[in-house]
Amino acid sequence: MIGNELPALSIADLQLLLRRREISPREVINVLRERIEAVDGNLGAYVSLDVEAALKEAERANVDLALGGVPIAIKDIINVMGEPCTCASKILNGYRAPYDATVIQKLRAAGALPFGKTNLDEFAMGSSTENSALKSTRNPWDLSRVPGGSSGGSAAAVAADEAFGALGSDTGGSVRQPAALCGVVGLKPTYGRVSRFGLVAFASSLDQIGPVTKSVRDAALILNAIAGHDPQDSTSLNEPVPDYVAGLGNSLRGIRLGVPKEYLIEGIDPQVRAAIDAAVKQLNSLGAEMVEISLPSTEYAVAVYYIIATAEASANLARFDGVRYGYRAENPRDVLDLYGRTREEGFGPEVKRRIILGTYVLSSGYYDAYYLRAQKVCQLIRRDFTSAFEKVDALISPTSPVAAFKLRERVADPLQMYLADVFTIAANLAGICGISVPCGFAALDGHRLPIGLQLLGKPLDEARILQIAHAYEQSTDWHKARPAIASSLPKQ
Amino acid sequence: MSASSDLNVAYVARLARITLTEDEAKTFQKQLDDVLKYVEKLRELDVTGVDPATHALPVFNVLRDDAPSDWFTAEQALSNAPRQGDGLFIVPKVVE
Repeated sequence: MIGNELPALSIADLQLLLRRREISPREVINVLRERIEAVDGNLGAYVSLDVEAALKEAERANVDLALGGVPIAIKDIINVMGEPCTCASKILNGYRAPYDATVIQKLRAAGALPFGKTNLDEFAMGSSTENSALKSTRNPWDLSRVPGGSSGGSAAAVAADEAFGALGSDTGGSVRQPAALCGVVGLKPTYGRVSRFGLVAFASSLDQIGPVTKSVRDAALILNAIAGHDPQDSTSLNEPVPDYVAGLGNSLRGIRLGVPKEYLIEGIDPQVRAAIDAAVKQLNSLGAEMVEISLPSTEYAVAVYYIIATAEASANLARFDGVRYGYRAENPRDVLDLYGRTREEGFGPEVKRRIILGTYVLSSGYYDAYYLRAQKVCQLIRRDFTSAFEKVDALISPTSPVAAFKLRERVADPLQMYLADVFTIAANLAGICGISVPCGFAALDGHRLPIGLQLLGKPLDEARILQIAHAYEQSTDWHKARPAIASSLPKQ
Repeated sequence: MSASSDLNVAYVARLARITLTEDEAKTFQKQLDDVLKYVEKLRELDVTGVDPATHALPVFNVLRDDAPSDWFTAEQALSNAPRQGDGLFIVPKVVE
């Protein structure tokens, strides 16, 4: 199986061919490169691709390792040694990573081949990938729509068979929401489960790295490789890593699923609502028991998030000052002029807005009213989840209240864009794990647009949400649907 | 300037070392006033006696051995600098 059908394979299926020596890792890279060259001009998922480095690594790949010979695309906010790491920002123009992030070291140790850097909203700030300073990425299901964000390049690449799997980062939904809008699987692990060393920091108390894949099994395979303690990340949890694949296939009998009544409110697209209702019935028929629960504080999650995340971003992004790396304004008068113009010219509007908001909510006289109060409300949100998880094993909601929206539709109104994350943000604030899995389609303007089902789990209970998501996935055909762009090429 | 919040975008941008254009300051003022108006809803809640949340899971006193180890060479650390020389980052004169 060489050529057109190969890129459509899941990681698990690709591995069968690799291990039977029916295809070599070098051939896989070459086939994937052809696929990217054929499709990515329309899609814009990748911002850089180092074919030579990947072919060289493929030479030495041990296909019998856990991810041996499997290419994985990397969101361009994670450092891969020798490659650019633009964060889709002008301010990192010319930067080349002098080291590998821990997740990259771990992927390599499992035999995987990091291949290609994917587009994102600048510094992962956004929900549509439109805040990229480099290029726009389109939704493979309808090229006039956004892929979601901020890991929009990773999700679009996997959905269009331009990648077997990818890494993204999720601060408020940035893995799960684009996965939902592109019809693939996206997992946000528990805070501390995966090391962020080498992930360019946006909001340090919320950021997590997670996989974007074609199947739940593939997400478990990648999580197996990247999870675990890292002394280089002081927030990393020193807890044993189970085999996340082992529990897949277990029955859902006896599992209790919570449906938060606050999550099925106005503002949800009726087609999304119908798909979630059908998914609830489906899970019920698989043996799971449904329990209505209440998360009264989650309606404050978006407000809390835009205070805490911007505050942390304003501190984290202070390092981009034109001195040590990246872009520097020309002919500075003095050092303040150098900082001020470097940051004015180097950052895009959304990043500037968030730095300004974050600086304001931390400033003297406003700290208590905004930042401290937000942290207290965050505690209330966490308590909601803690008491919900005393009654149920996992929670169900839509991943996004709407299917993919049109390019440019929400750019002028940041608040509307922020509200796109209403279902995903609380998981980051509470530090719990979450997954988005395809659960249907919305019909809009003659296109089929994917809808995502979100499952939220207890801290470190990734195995449970993977088990539930897998059982659901295997009982439906949604994950088998491919966008037209994935079959639009002439057969070889 | 809008009067709907205390935020003065032009002033805060200076604190954040971003030299905004006047047009940008005007656009951001309107957009951030909207966001601040939205986050006002946090005032509805009674948070008396609630401890602020810090990190999502309790991890305390993470320390490593205070021992030197190899990391970047000076050359690697300088490899991305917009201006460098003699093993140093070059910046405009800071002290007279």
